[in-house]
Amino acid sequence: MTDATTTPMAGRPAKGKSLLKADERTRKRNAAESRFKAYGLAAVLVGVFFLLALLWAIVQNGAPAFTQTFVNLNVELDEARLDKNGNRNIDDIKKVSTFGYNPLIKDALIRATADMQTAVEEGELDKILSSSVGAIVRDRVIANPDLIGQSVEFRFLASSRVDGYLKGRVSREDLVRDKNLDAAHLDLIDLMVDEGSVERVFNWDFITGLDASESRPEQAGIGVAMLGSLFMMLVVLVLALPIGVAASIYLEEFAKQNRFTDLIEVNISNLAAVPSIVFGILGLAVFIQFAHLPQSAPIVGGLTLTLMTLPTIVISTRASLKSVPPSIRDAALGVGASKMQTVFHHVLPLAMPGILTGTIIGLAQALGETAPLLLIGMVGYIATNYPDGVASGFLDPNSAMPAQIYEWAKRADPAYYERAWGGIIILLLFLMTMNFIAIILRRRFERRW
Amino acid sequence: MEDMYHMDRAMNGLQDIKIKATDVNVYYGDMHAIKDVSVEIEDKTVTAFIGPSGCGKSTFLRCINRMNDTIDICRVIGDIRIDGEDIYDPKVDPVQLRAKVGMVFQKPNPFPKSIYDNVAYGPKIHGLARNKAELDEIVESSLRKAALWNEAKDRLDSPGTGLSGGQQQRLCIARAIATAPEILLMDEPCSALDPIATAQVEELIDELRQSYSVVIVTHSMQQAARVSQKTAFFHLGNLVEFDDTDKIFTNPQDPRTESYISGRIG
Repeated sequence: MTDATTTPMAGRPAKGKSLLKADERTRKRNAAESRFKAYGLAAVLVGVFFLLALLWAIVQNGAPAFTQTFVNLNVELDEARLDKNGNRNIDDIKKVSTFGYNPLIKDALIRATADMQTAVEEGELDKILSSSVGAIVRDRVIANPDLIGQSVEFRFLASSRVDGYLKGRVSREDLVRDKNLDAAHLDLIDLMVDEGSVERVFNWDFITGLDASESRPEQAGIGVAMLGSLFMMLVVLVLALPIGVAASIYLEEFAKQNRFTDLIEVNISNLAAVPSIVFGILGLAVFIQFAHLPQSAPIVGGLTLTLMTLPTIVISTRASLKSVPPSIRDAALGVGASKMQTVFHHVLPLAMPGILTGTIIGLAQALGETAPLLLIGMVGYIATNYPDGVASGFLDPNSAMPAQIYEWAKRADPAYYERAWGGIIILLLFLMTMNFIAIILRRRFERRW
Repeated sequence: MEDMYHMDRAMNGLQDIKIKATDVNVYYGDMHAIKDVSVEIEDKTVTAFIGPSGCGKSTFLRCINRMNDTIDICRVIGDIRIDGEDIYDPKVDPVQLRAKVGMVFQKPNPFPKSIYDNVAYGPKIHGLARNKAELDEIVESSLRKAALWNEAKDRLDSPGTGLSGGQQQRLCIARAIATAPEILLMDEPCSALDPIATAQVEELIDELRQSYSVVIVTHSMQQAARVSQKTAFFHLGNLVEFDDTDKIFTNPQDPRTESYISGRIG
């Protein structure tokens, strides 16, 4: 059976070439095709490799920012020091400054490490703590004066060096050149970790917190910059979506094709390619120097980013309006719908998925933009207070996520470097969420013909 | 103006002329697409426009409900009157005109909405129904007239785009007659359909003749012979011959018409 099918009955066909043997040209063609496939595959692999390398680097460098080292201490809130009169008068208590609390914390440290073998002098013990601790105790006492006289358990931020040591960023060799901490501190930390009073836990303050000064990176968080970005995005959404969609509908459906509309079209395409820093200096000149809007405010950032996002939205909206088949317009006009009814009842619903996708991509682009924010001063240093309402959210100086990341990356302390990577993780999560929403909306609005 | 209208009515009273076009010229930019076409289309008649591709028959059809207005570079010169009224008068709103002159397109183009919404859209925007019951009635009678009611009555909520090609085209016809037009323009309505669907639509056209003046553009001479009472032959933008369909197909006056219907040109 097998023999009968594989051996040709009459050997070679009488006329022309055999189909069973590839000729020279076909072989060359096939070779070229497989070469091309190999190039394509190689290109894809290179792309995937770089993507994975990037993700690995981001996660590797940024993940430590999400945990933080804390020291658990029992602080004796000595009445003699905090409230000399003993009448719990809040004004008297407030007279004791942060420095007044530091001796209490030192005492607490001495008590906590009393039965540990350590070469650290008593006066140097508090260097393992963040310099924010005095203020933390004071705030707690002022909020609840009844605590005075009791022994209260506090969870203090460890200093960024101690945190870095537990995360493997700081080694004993590094500390030779460090004035703040020496190797003896680290030995003590090892003992305290064994005992359980020093621990690393998930760091909500990084996600919700405020920025902090150059010398206390352990305190810094991206929360307030997130609010800044949020208010900016609200401005962009509220302005860019209606203006962009209205402009595109007019240009695409109503405007006559003439030299003027051609000119507008060319200019919109050109605007989309203008470097973002140009929009930044435009925002500086128009909104701050000419219109005297407050500097560093999300409203100015939002207006500037609106200028930048509009061309993207106009271009994608026009593309999705164009992709609605003309037969639908004919059908609507044919039954006597007016131009506007045609557009709003039939064309716009069909173009909706494209418009929404374009808008969200435009917003995502605006969310990640840094250069224009630097020019309008949206790199505010906000270390003490959140915006306390919608109006101050729009008008008070603030920062934005990418600008905050840039600021952190500039600072000297390596602990800020880690936080910059952590901020990038959060920013990427935001962008991924937005793209995910775009996909969901697209699926939801898509209709089959 | 008013006098002229009455005069026209009086003159046309006997023949019952629905559409009267005089010296119509259409230009696309510099291209002269329709040259001095004059034609009188009777009421309650099927009039077929035949001719080779690009001869201007569709362009002329689209002049009758001013669909050419949507093309920026298109200019229409001349006089087209429906019931004696100049439809290119600046006072005429094309939206009202198109409610009076329905159109069915070459490719079935139902809205991507339910069958019910497809038919109900026209009456809704023109305010033809005062309530839901009246609208239901319009939808039902339109679908019945379009011979689609029996197939569609159980699935009025399913999308119109889910119907077969022939059903979609009948849905488009139902949509066109739902606005109670007086004239129905059909631009090659069967060119995307198979022979069985074509037969159904042709049968439908014959019935529609009872209530409407139907103008149909077709590539198929057999179709023109089957469905129409009057036939106009267009060639290179000119109206070559316009007469009773029988006469055109049996005894054409112009040599070009004869060559075309015998298959020698076009």
